Amino acid sequence: MTYFQMTKTVLKSLFSRPATLMYPAKPAKKTTLTRGHVTIDPEKCIACRSCQRKCPTQAICVEPKEKTWQIDRLRCIVCNCCVEVCPTKCLAMDTQYTAAMTTRAGILKVTVAGPKKKEPAPAES
Amino acid sequence: MSKQITVPFGPQHPVLPEPIHLDLVLEDERVVDAIPSIGYVHRGLEKLVEKREYPEYIYVAERICGICSYIHSNTYAQGIEKIMNIEVPERAQYLRTIWSEYSRLHSHLLWLGLFADGMGFESVFMNAWKLREHILDDLEVTTGGRVIQGVCKVGGVRRDITPEKLDEMVKGLKGMEPALHDLVNVFLKDSSVSHRLRGVGTLQKGDAYTLGAVGPTARGSGIGIDIRETGYAAYGKINFKPVVEHDGDCYARCAVRAKELFTSIDIIEQCVKKIPEGPVEIKVTGAPDGEYFARAEQPRGEVVHYIKGNGKRNLVRHRVRTPTFTNLPPLVTLLKGCELADVPVIVLSIDPCVGCAER
Repeated sequence: MTYFQMTKTVLKSLFSRPATLMYPAKPAKKTTLTRGHVTIDPEKCIACRSCQRKCPTQAICVEPKEKTWQIDRLRCIVCNCCVEVCPTKCLAMDTQYTAAMTTRAGILKVTVAGPKKKEPAPAES
Repeated sequence: MSKQITVPFGPQHPVLPEPIHLDLVLEDERVVDAIPSIGYVHRGLEKLVEKREYPEYIYVAERICGICSYIHSNTYAQGIEKIMNIEVPERAQYLRTIWSEYSRLHSHLLWLGLFADGMGFESVFMNAWKLREHILDDLEVTTGGRVIQGVCKVGGVRRDITPEKLDEMVKGLKGMEPALHDLVNVFLKDSSVSHRLRGVGTLQKGDAYTLGAVGPTARGSGIGIDIRETGYAAYGKINFKPVVEHDGDCYARCAVRAKELFTSIDIIEQCVKKIPEGPVEIKVTGAPDGEYFARAEQPRGEVVHYIKGNGKRNLVRHRVRTPTFTNLPPLVTLLKGCELADVPVIVLSIDPCVGCAER
């Protein structure tokens, strides 16, 4: 048993910067692969419902007749599955996490271009 | 005989943030019986397998546990691949091994921290988690998730790691080794920690075997069971020896986990040296028809996934037996006859993860 073994660690901790970030004053660490939340480019979406079929939590709801694409952020487990199956690559993964919510909200409904016609009307609600 | 009293322990307890309740029957300060009850967080994940197609269910399988998440998805994928006779590309096998060992590293560091916190050694807890952060950073850079990686899929893995990144990862781990030695020495050599752990909660080799202990709990009692030796993923091509201690007390279980950190680093290093070029996934068509017991070594011990399919896209049955569940009978045996003050240390020494024990 030697003495003052911890002194090294103590001195190191004393004279180095904190190991933690002052979040949210400083932004959290992110990488290019970080799965934050799903985003959609409404102009490219053809409402094929592939994402809805593959979603393991049934968070996505697509209505081809009404040309809407809807995601429930509270159901979504950010697994990247819909992004991988999307045939037109209109879905993408953003690295920013969605903010915490205090009510049961977080449903994002988007009017998309739809199956045939090309309507550039990406109105978010 | 003195009067018996019952003390409830958990699910809300400062040293045990796990959904398990233990009724401790005490005579004075001595525990004479412990009655565990689980069932606080049942989520019905196994039933969900009938409603989701088998390639998508892997996301659910991964979310069974929040610590050994990657190995759950790996085991599930292995089971499906065995039923469907899919030969996974070799590079994918090696990548699976690397990520498995990374999740073992982060789980063991988490446990060492929690264990130190459980006996009131808070600065070691902070240090262990500081080191764990480097492991999590590497996991996030390579997979996109810190604890839920989501990289394993039936037929391979989703993401590849570049050779430069692999070298950088090994360099990072090698650079961490001195700090890890400092941390591990606190557990193995410090006299006050030794006093707290030695001779506390001794599990005899015979008891460990008959009660079905797995993982570090069994290896701490001298039983050299390590499912990695069966050679799943790329473990068959790697040289390593399971860490076995013979004392069977809390110190031995702690020593097993502490020494396994270095085994894991060694395995990752060997994998990076041997990893071949090539594809990381193959296209999977059809559906599983048959049944299989897939086994893998988690940080806490052996996990078994039973998978049964009938040729349709949805499986018929999926059953998981997690290591914590099978470590509960040894825990009850350990608690009988110990002091009340030793209960937190003994319960933590089996590394309980009750959240995944009942799904």
